[in-house]
Amino acid sequence: MKNRARILAYPYIVWMIIFIVVPLLLVLFYSVTEGNINDPSSLSFSLKSYTRVFDIMYLNVIWKSFKLAIISTLFCLILGYPVALIISTVKARYKNIVLMFFLVPIWMNFLLRTYAWMSILSPNGFINRLLTFLGLPPLQIMPGQTAVILGMIYNFLPFMVLPIYTVLSKIDKSVLEAAMDLGANKIVTFIKVILPLTVPGIISGITMVFMPAVSTFVISQLLGGGKELLIGNLIEQQFTVQRDWHFGSALSIILMIMILISMAIMSKVEKDDGNGGAPIW
Amino acid sequence: MVKFLKRFYLTLIFIFLYAPILVLIVFSFNESKSRGYWGGFTLKWYVELFRDRDILKALYYTFLVALLSSIISTVIGTFSAIGIHNMGLFTKKMALNINYLPVLNPDIVTGIALMTLFVSLNMRLGFMTMLISHTVFNIPYVILSVLPKLKQMDKNMTEAALDLGATPSYALRKVIIPQIMPGVITGALIAFTLSIDDFVISFFTTGSGVTNLSILVYSMAKRGVKPSINALTTLMLLTVVILLLLINKRTTKGDELIP
Amino acid sequence: MKRTSILLITCLFIFASLLVLPGCKQDKVVLNIYNWGEYIDPELLEKFEKETGIKINLDLFETNEHMLAKLETGGTQYDVIFPSDYVIEEMIKKDLLAKIDFSNIPNFRYVGDRFKNLNYDPTNEYSVPYFWGTVGIMYNTEMVDEEVDSWDILWKEKYAGKILMLDSMRDTIGVALKKLGYSVNETDPGRLEEAKQLLIQQRPLVNGYYVDEIKDMMINGDAAIAVNWSGAAMDIYWEGIENIRFVVPKEGSNLWFDCMVIPKTSQHKKEAEMFINFMLDPENAYQNSLYVGYVSPVTEAFERLMQENPEVADMDAYNPSEEVLDKCEVFIDLGDNRPLYNRIWTEIKVQ
Repeated sequence: MKNRARILAYPYIVWMIIFIVVPLLLVLFYSVTEGNINDPSSLSFSLKSYTRVFDIMYLNVIWKSFKLAIISTLFCLILGYPVALIISTVKARYKNIVLMFFLVPIWMNFLLRTYAWMSILSPNGFINRLLTFLGLPPLQIMPGQTAVILGMIYNFLPFMVLPIYTVLSKIDKSVLEAAMDLGANKIVTFIKVILPLTVPGIISGITMVFMPAVSTFVISQLLGGGKELLIGNLIEQQFTVQRDWHFGSALSIILMIMILISMAIMSKVEKDDGNGGAPIW
Repeated sequence: MVKFLKRFYLTLIFIFLYAPILVLIVFSFNESKSRGYWGGFTLKWYVELFRDRDILKALYYTFLVALLSSIISTVIGTFSAIGIHNMGLFTKKMALNINYLPVLNPDIVTGIALMTLFVSLNMRLGFMTMLISHTVFNIPYVILSVLPKLKQMDKNMTEAALDLGATPSYALRKVIIPQIMPGVITGALIAFTLSIDDFVISFFTTGSGVTNLSILVYSMAKRGVKPSINALTTLMLLTVVILLLLINKRTTKGDELIP
Repeated sequence: MKRTSILLITCLFIFASLLVLPGCKQDKVVLNIYNWGEYIDPELLEKFEKETGIKINLDLFETNEHMLAKLETGGTQYDVIFPSDYVIEEMIKKDLLAKIDFSNIPNFRYVGDRFKNLNYDPTNEYSVPYFWGTVGIMYNTEMVDEEVDSWDILWKEKYAGKILMLDSMRDTIGVALKKLGYSVNETDPGRLEEAKQLLIQQRPLVNGYYVDEIKDMMINGDAAIAVNWSGAAMDIYWEGIENIRFVVPKEGSNLWFDCMVIPKTSQHKKEAEMFINFMLDPENAYQNSLYVGYVSPVTEAFERLMQENPEVADMDAYNPSEEVLDKCEVFIDLGDNRPLYNRIWTEIKVQ
């Protein structure tokens, strides 16, 4: 039965090779060649695209992308962890409703959410009208880096809260009771018991925020006014305006490798903490 | 005191999350096109919404692709998950690692890779390429949802069924699938949601006038948005809230809201 | 349970097939058009569809560079495209365009002679003029109280955060080149470096680099000055807004021509030519010019709008004088120098 059942996966293996492996190999191929992509005979091996990335100008872009992503992820963590905590302590009757309303923004289209933010942050948008009405000076944050960070936090906050909440809700209440019985007050319980147990959730949340944040081009395009070019924008431009597929492919491969390395580091942290955090005392 | 702080903070966060959307909704009833002035109450943008060919076309393609790709990916994903589940350790690992690449990769890389494939094959970018691309990134999520259920499944039941004379396909239909059904449904829902919301991958793999809602809003955000988009936001919010309320009613225990 | 699931799946299938069916009636000829945003009156498209029964599919692009990249990617099939002068030059060199059969375009006689046989298409076999204009400074008279006559105003501290630049490589680098007194087709690396430094210097004062967003931002008062194409200002004027003016600076600027071309890969050349002919009809050209705001090369349409609105005869945005036009240059294809411009443009955007 087992052997027969395996056949069920074979068509998908073929599919995966065609639509997952081959495309990535093609991108890798373009990244190490130069010449006209429409004329295969003109292509020759070259690492020029990769060496070009080491120009300080492009390294700055990569650095900026990481910087903004890290800042946004940190804010999401700091703002989001309490939210997860609070929701998990809400009375069971209301918990579902609260959670549901928290999920609604996620289900709304991502572009619409970003556009909504554009609307209220713009120089003559809602926030500035309100400020002027109250006699306060108008905000000049859009377009700009601050607006981009705000946009990232706004879009990705729920993705930080959900994994943490999931882990929190699975914590055995009796463990908490035991800690209290042993004399720990709420704060100590939190630091020594709850926090370590939620580490997998935190890691999950960080992954789900950091990865799209570092590779986005929509948020930086719409909220940055064409002045905040992140690595995602750079890649997008190579294909939609600059017509330099080789450089774009090299950038994509580098982005992919950086993400995979970050994830590997994350899972290592999770493994180490998993062993240390399991025994409570 | 602590309770008050908790409620206060939660309320703040909710205001933060909903404020932009609510502002859009309020302005969807605004007579004036401006984003700052109130010109009077009107429903004309809602009427405009239903007459706007571009918006309706985008909505049509968004739903069509989401529906088709989630159905296709659920079917392929479920059967493939069963197949992978029964593989030897090494092949299973290999298959899973490749399978999860679209999940791990930033979507811009997946989108560009797929575009490169289609262009190299001289395929015309349009509906088919968009559908294929959506299916490519949907299937891994289906597998992600179904595999745990397969692992939790009682192996003995399948063997018992076979011993009792069931054909493998009968066992599949009557024994395996019912047990993994929650995972299948979750997978289908995730696939559908991801498809509806997708921007980057669709952006790179579509053409020939085929757009979806996200691509439309993106070009509008750059071109000067039509106020009918505000009306669309309102309707979307209503739909999502109603849907979630319905789902909430069905999950009585309230613990399966997040799979 | 079983019955409900069968019912559900059946409903799903019916729903799905209902969605797919409308897309199945593909017998009519469909013309795929690739144009700039807000650059053609949708009513004219409907009119064409009614008159000829040919359906039109309109795809939009933001700048010439976007359009070229999409075409080079392949996998597209357009029948009529609306590129600018220097791009047509490149497309002809790369043998991407079909020779137009002018016997199918009798309305070509309505186009003014000075728009024919221009340097990018000397034998005029591949392109048909559509709109033309200049690049200049658009400003809000309520926010700018001084005279605007030079590119220098875009570098003034007092307008920091209220300056909009075009997210278009040739146009923006061209502005800097003109300010320095060089040609917009400059290829000397030293001079281009100067232009680059000038634009990098300007960055802190610039609100952002946009294309289509500029019109709304200027109307809303989000910015005080912007670099833009002449027709955009006319468009705002036709909407009845009086406080946005346009001027071509004294240092000179870019003169451009957008034309209709038919790519070699088009499968509906005759219908494409029918469409081009339709757009050149003086009545249609007039309506189009009024809607889009840009200036038509069809003499009758151009003069009719001027007769009905005599004040536009003095506007740089509608009827630039000989003096102004003398100082303007048309872009030419950069050819092998394009990577140099690309690199400079990236360096400016990436600061």
